[in-house]
Amino acid sequence: MSTTFSNYLEGYCWDSLSGKIASASSRDVEAALARKGKGGISDLLALLSPRAGESYLDQMAWLSNRLTMQRFGKAIRLFAPVYLSNECNNICDYCGFSMHNKIPRKTLTDLEILKEAGILKMGGFDHVLLVTGESSRRVEVDYLSNALDLLRPYFANLSIEVQPLGTEEYAKLIDHGLHAVMVYQETYNQESYQSHHLKGKKTNFEWRLNTPDRLGKAGAKKIGLGCLFGLTADWRTDALFAGIHLDYLEKKFWQTSYSMSFPRIRPYEGDNITAVDLKDHDLVQLYCAFRIFNHEMELTLSTRESPQLRENLLPLGVTTMSAGSKTNPGGYAQGKDSLEQFEISDDRRPDEIASMLRLKGYDPVWKDWDVSYDCNNSLAKKLDSVPPLSPGPSHSKALQT
Amino acid sequence: MKTSNDSLKIGDHSFSSRLFVGTGKFSSGEVLADTLCSTGTELVTVAMKRANIKSAEDSILSHLDRSKYKLLPNTSGVRNAQEAIWVAQMAREALNTTWLKLEIHPDPKYLMPDPIETLEATHELVRQGFTVLPYCHADPVLCKKLEEAGAAAVMPLGAPIGSNQGLESREFLKIIIEQAGVPVVVDAGIGAPSQASEALEMGADAVLVNTALATAENPEAMGSAFQKAVVAGREAFLAGLGRISTFAQPTSPLTRFLEETV
Repeated sequence: MSTTFSNYLEGYCWDSLSGKIASASSRDVEAALARKGKGGISDLLALLSPRAGESYLDQMAWLSNRLTMQRFGKAIRLFAPVYLSNECNNICDYCGFSMHNKIPRKTLTDLEILKEAGILKMGGFDHVLLVTGESSRRVEVDYLSNALDLLRPYFANLSIEVQPLGTEEYAKLIDHGLHAVMVYQETYNQESYQSHHLKGKKTNFEWRLNTPDRLGKAGAKKIGLGCLFGLTADWRTDALFAGIHLDYLEKKFWQTSYSMSFPRIRPYEGDNITAVDLKDHDLVQLYCAFRIFNHEMELTLSTRESPQLRENLLPLGVTTMSAGSKTNPGGYAQGKDSLEQFEISDDRRPDEIASMLRLKGYDPVWKDWDVSYDCNNSLAKKLDSVPPLSPGPSHSKALQT
Repeated sequence: MKTSNDSLKIGDHSFSSRLFVGTGKFSSGEVLADTLCSTGTELVTVAMKRANIKSAEDSILSHLDRSKYKLLPNTSGVRNAQEAIWVAQMAREALNTTWLKLEIHPDPKYLMPDPIETLEATHELVRQGFTVLPYCHADPVLCKKLEEAGAAAVMPLGAPIGSNQGLESREFLKIIIEQAGVPVVVDAGIGAPSQASEALEMGADAVLVNTALATAENPEAMGSAFQKAVVAGREAFLAGLGRISTFAQPTSPLTRFLEETV
């Protein structure tokens, strides 16, 4: 097994794979469906092909539905993001946090973090995802480990989506109760990557590409992968590379679980990017293709998508949803005083999402992990002594303990 | 044979139903409650990672009538013996039971049980006073070692969890059943009532079913079907199945000459 994914990728050629996807035949797609995607990367290639999208989408949807039901049942896990900071030293042409974007910058204090947490806790959430821009001066490992220490007593499961870190840094955060890390490659096409990431540490394609390797080594329990659709015209090949990445990681870090998301570029304040249009039809194909390719992975659906589309996508492979998301730091407690990373499309409250799920025959699952499972975490043993969390002035007491 | 007194004893507890039920994957607490009722089960498993012991509205715990069902907390999600022991202690405190379904699967994809960690954790948890029911591979030697470690029952798999593939491990299950000194509960992979029936016919003491119920079009009706299948399988086992002959009996046996020369 290669030491890093960037070495492993040397055996793959973008143009050649792109050609194979374009020329996949009905026979290839039918074979992939018949063996329920167990043919590996070549099956994913067929399922992502134009041929599959044109003639087999409904068959794929049914199979995806059945496979998801068998593994995950009639349950959808819910989580919410907490944006800790919108400070960023990168210039990326698709992101509202980009350094050149003249917006108010904000990094939450301890009290502000607990206020956000209190509101989410009241809303029912037990799984939260902490999100930041990439500002190594303001939001470094100590800031993140402090945030984990603050929140660990109140939530069953903590994940992060922050700048790529080193193995030792991840190990430290895992020791502070970190469960999962989302690190989307954005695009696996290096040329396209360089054209959208113009300045800052994020311009280093290879450092980002090898981040899941460092995470696996550090012992992360879950790694989230994915592309940002809209950056690269050939989305099918981009998605195939994400599948190759997943396959590589599953074999190498077999004790880690994996999730994938298929975000599409959303408008943001000051945007000037002309995104490639990934159609709803294509999004459906992505969900179904990846479910058939991998029956066990978590597939996430964000509030970027409209309420109607989210409801239609639900039975097609989705296992996890965000709800009531705010994408600006302090957004839950204060509303829009600092600008958001992107506009959300489904702004229904968490309780409304839960009601919708019940109506559609799904059990909304708020808790699917437990603090006791991270028994290496020294905080776990102190949990009972921590004061209850609620939004408002009582947090000052929590901070004094 | 009369089956009304045919109770199953595990540890210090007797069960008249040989169908155990898992509580994950149901569409709601109400559907879960109705399904449990239709199965006639008396033992239900609860994943500690799912259970929200601090919430009165937990969609699983709040629907389990503890006067009807004995709870069997499970350690699903832990990756080694150390984590399992920690979760077991939490379960004992939270649910006030020493019973435990020990599940250790370091592989989150196929949820394959780790035999080494499971044996180690069984030793320690038995020492701490738990009634341990370990989930394991259909490995006859491992099952004997778990029994020697003090497991109250063994729970070998029929097929991967949630796969509905049936008793793919049947040849090894037969050996486990033949050799067992503790009850054998076939866990995982049972996807249809006929497969549950087969396990009981084979001599398994009980089966544990979850996915086949939770993902059925009508879970409550499926619960009733499983209830009947388990009873039928057990009755067939007690009645003694007719011997299956591998060969046809020839009309002119090759050994007839022995009779002729007498």
